Amino acid sequence: MAKLNEPQFSTILIIEDEPEIRRFLRASLLGNDYRVLEAATGADGLQYAKHEKPAIALLDLGLPDMDGLTVIRKLRTWSSIPIIVLSARGNEADKIKALDEGADDYLTKPFGVGELLARVRVALRRVPDQDTATDDPFVLGELYIDFGRHQVFVGENEVHLTPIEHRLLVTLVRHGGRLVTHRQLLKEVWGPDSVFETHYLRVYMAHLRRKIESSPSRPRYLLTEPGIGYRLASE
Amino acid sequence: MSEPDRPTPEQMLARIKSEGDVDGPDKAKRGRLKVFFGYSAGVGKTYSMLLDARSEHAAGTNVVVGYVEPHGRPETERLLEGLERLPPLEVRYRGTTLSEFDLDAALARKPELILIDELAHTNAPSLRHVKRWQDVEELLAAGINVNTTCNVQHVESLNDVVAQISGVIVRETVPDEVFNRAQELTLIDLPPEDLLERLEQGKVYVPTQAARALENFFRKENLVALRELALRRTAERVHADVQSARLGRARHDVWATRERLLVCVGPSPTSARLVRAAKRLADSLGAEWLAINVESPQAGELSAKDRGRLLAHLRLAERLGAETATVSGEDLVAETIRYAHERNVTKIVVGKSELARGWFRARQSPADRLIRVSDDIDVYVIHGTAEVVPQMNQPEQPAAAFRWWEWIATGLVLAACTIVCLVWDRVGLTEANLVMTYLLGVIFVAFRYGRGPSIVASLVAVGLFDVVFTEPYYTVVVDDTQYFLTFAVMLVAGLSIATLTARVKRQAEFAQRNERRIEALYRLGRKLTGIVGEDFIAAETERAVTEFLGGEAAVFIPRAGQLQPILDHRAKFAADPAEVAVAQWVFDHGQTAGRGTDTLPSAKALYVPLQTPGGTVGVLAVRHSDADRLLLPEFRQILENYSTQVALAIERDRLTLESDNARLQAEAERIRSTLLASISHDLRSPLAAIVGASSGLLHGETAMGEATRRELQVTIFEESDRLSRLVENILRMTQLSSPEKPTIAKEWQPVEELVASALARLGRTLSGRPVEIDLSSEILLAQVDAALVEQVLVNLLDNACRYTPADTLIEIRGWQEGRRTLLEIADHGLGLKPGDENRIFERFQRGEDARSDSRGTGLGLAICRAIMDAHGGRISARNREGGGAVFRLEFLADGPPPRDVETIEAAAEQDSASDRHRTRQ
Repeated sequence: MAKLNEPQFSTILIIEDEPEIRRFLRASLLGNDYRVLEAATGADGLQYAKHEKPAIALLDLGLPDMDGLTVIRKLRTWSSIPIIVLSARGNEADKIKALDEGADDYLTKPFGVGELLARVRVALRRVPDQDTATDDPFVLGELYIDFGRHQVFVGENEVHLTPIEHRLLVTLVRHGGRLVTHRQLLKEVWGPDSVFETHYLRVYMAHLRRKIESSPSRPRYLLTEPGIGYRLASE
Repeated sequence: MSEPDRPTPEQMLARIKSEGDVDGPDKAKRGRLKVFFGYSAGVGKTYSMLLDARSEHAAGTNVVVGYVEPHGRPETERLLEGLERLPPLEVRYRGTTLSEFDLDAALARKPELILIDELAHTNAPSLRHVKRWQDVEELLAAGINVNTTCNVQHVESLNDVVAQISGVIVRETVPDEVFNRAQELTLIDLPPEDLLERLEQGKVYVPTQAARALENFFRKENLVALRELALRRTAERVHADVQSARLGRARHDVWATRERLLVCVGPSPTSARLVRAAKRLADSLGAEWLAINVESPQAGELSAKDRGRLLAHLRLAERLGAETATVSGEDLVAETIRYAHERNVTKIVVGKSELARGWFRARQSPADRLIRVSDDIDVYVIHGTAEVVPQMNQPEQPAAAFRWWEWIATGLVLAACTIVCLVWDRVGLTEANLVMTYLLGVIFVAFRYGRGPSIVASLVAVGLFDVVFTEPYYTVVVDDTQYFLTFAVMLVAGLSIATLTARVKRQAEFAQRNERRIEALYRLGRKLTGIVGEDFIAAETERAVTEFLGGEAAVFIPRAGQLQPILDHRAKFAADPAEVAVAQWVFDHGQTAGRGTDTLPSAKALYVPLQTPGGTVGVLAVRHSDADRLLLPEFRQILENYSTQVALAIERDRLTLESDNARLQAEAERIRSTLLASISHDLRSPLAAIVGASSGLLHGETAMGEATRRELQVTIFEESDRLSRLVENILRMTQLSSPEKPTIAKEWQPVEELVASALARLGRTLSGRPVEIDLSSEILLAQVDAALVEQVLVNLLDNACRYTPADTLIEIRGWQEGRRTLLEIADHGLGLKPGDENRIFERFQRGEDARSDSRGTGLGLAICRAIMDAHGGRISARNREGGGAVFRLEFLADGPPPRDVETIEAAAEQDSASDRHRTRQ
């Protein structure tokens, strides 16, 4: 049903040098009514991005001709299309660098089709600007947030959040299921001059989970991206 | 059939030697030296050299004029036109500016051929080398061809002959070695008449200040004699070339056994002549030669002047190509013969006067003795006249101080003897006893105070005996003539004893000095064998050298391609970049240089390369306020011994380090191979499942029901998942076993977040499995590397799933105990085999072929252990009551957890309150 809101036949640019991965991505995306552009090198990818105006780019960080980070940097000089980085586990530092350079999200190889499509859907969803943010209540499963009244409900019960916890939750909600890095969260919740370290953020998140989640160790709404940040569950 | 014209290896060797490639393959690119040789200034050497250079230039050779004295002659100037000239180096020296050849510029320019006039020239004091021929050597070593000019009187071994002919002593000489190594010798000849004519026309350059001195030089008889000398030298050279060419080709020539010459050198001024004579003899025989000084107990008493001369003679011999040595021993002849036999010497050259010194007691002359005991060795006795050799600056040591107390003591001893004798006389003992008493006194004095006092004591004793105990008493007059015999015997006995004891004493001192030297060396050797690490070896060496030789010492060793002093020590000179540059030069060239030598003599210290069979490993620098002291044979020998010891110690240290590294590498290799074995084992089963299932899907499509197909697809997916986890484990393993410290980023993490991401990663594996989580009601924190601990949890949970029935419960429990955070993962399966509790964590390390169905076969648990170790934590396993295994993780925090959240909260709320306050305004 969420699909109905999306523009049909969005073009997805795949920049990936391994043909097997490209084949799998192509098959999965074509099967779900997306158009696909394939580039095996960073240079080709940038060309396609310029001329074909894809809706979204899937970018492998290890390319033969140039560093994935360079591709992001070049792309970001003239385009704001969502970039999803594909990277192996253990390269957390690379991922953070890519996100800092302007990537929007990442997928850890190996990943399944379900995960891929969920990320693509989240990336294609329009992010409401902070200025034009509506006061329409937000609903996700049992979670109900009334922005106007600063009220949060889980099922029938109102949950009392501290201002920081509230801001934390609202920030994640406003990003609409996209990944929010630790640094981003600290900046948006505590302000640009925040001196807090990430472990404070983790502690707040643990408190918030206890208030919202029925089982904090198997969270339903507030998902952890280990070593990188948090995101709100998308559906 | 053998090839008739193939030369023997020896012949080939001789030919190769003559071509100048003596030092092996690395010298293959050594430059060629061509000498334009003449008998006097003005024969046209420079002119010919330039003509030759012009034709080379025309033929396309890259020629550079390094240094040519034009002496203002227009014809020379004309020849220089069109040739590239290296600008001369302007050196300020004592108020005047000297033009010198710029060696470094030439090395940087690196032409094919360079022209350098006046091979025998002495450089300005601030330049690297004392002599220009040393510059030329360096150019040749750098692979640059050199053309140069030289006159016959500058050839070292002919120097004295020329001096005899012309009466002019030439101080600027070139070692024969340099001369002999020249690939080409071109004689520039001009009849003396023509030369004299040119001189009259003013075409020969004569430095004005030397004009008067040279007047004698340019006499026709002189010139004829010099010309003959030059022609003969050239002829010898040509003969040698022919010889070598024949040796290279012909088959029937006899390969003469190698001659080896030994010359005995002493401090006597005649020795210099002896050295040159030996050199000429050696040359004519084509023999190598050695020059030795036999250091006897007497040598310890050499005056500073003698020492300086001795040293000058040894260095002269060295310059002339001899190998020099100093040997110690009591008997000059015996030591010489011993050394000669040791080194397979065939001929010994001695001077008559040389061996006469200190041998007045020998019935035969030492030369005679030498001839008698030399067996198969030929002995050449040369009577040389003294020759003045420029001496080393040797500061005069103060003459032995007049030790007045010795004389007072001598007087006292004699007085005591007289008193005792008076007593004996009273008692009525015979005169023989009195004589004995005096002799005893003389012996005592000889033993304690040496020769002088003892001789005086014998004389005085005779006098006292005469005056006091012979009739008439208290007069010098003696009645009985037989007393004269008594006096005579007493005097001779006294003198003999005095001489003998003095000699014994000297020998003892000599032995002691030798012993001290050996002892010091032995001590250093022993210390060095016990020391590990170049820094400590250097420190010990510096200490030992300073202690034994005085002054300051420093050891330089290359670090990261650059030579540097090892320690930040007291020897301040070692920090001076100029001094380091000297050390670098010594290191690169493997030659001694610095203070007191001919290379870089302006340096503050003497630099000795530390050489091992494997090459130069460093440089030992010694600075002494009295620099020439370091060049005394004795000190030089000690220094050489030290440097050999140190070099060996450094090499040993390096080899030890290398073998340690090799051992570590072998160990790492072993771990890697067991790891590989373990990985391939772990890879096999999921791969087998995937290959099997996918091939089933590909080939059995028609016969297969939907349910079977689905099952195979699930298998592929799940086993791929398992493979991917295995790959992650391998990744972690490499991260932890990297040669650098494993990179661990510990941060405070809520345990539930770790558990949550582990559970999320195992999503499919865990599906349908009941998991009970009990973390304490407070937020449980642990100071860990999240990614690594998540891997531990994934491995443990994965294990629990794999080894227990699908519907049994898995429990996760966590709590805090002081600074420790504990986490337990319990299952309800069959549990561990008894005794496996520890072994399961180290299986892969031992590479044991465990049963595949038991736990811990693969990498998983070993990695858990490695990660926990890296955290300074612990992992343990036990069986629980009622069946099932429990794995416990213990994390130890470095400090207290971060500030309590409530406080942060409060602070933050205050912040936001003030924010709101502001916005309301």
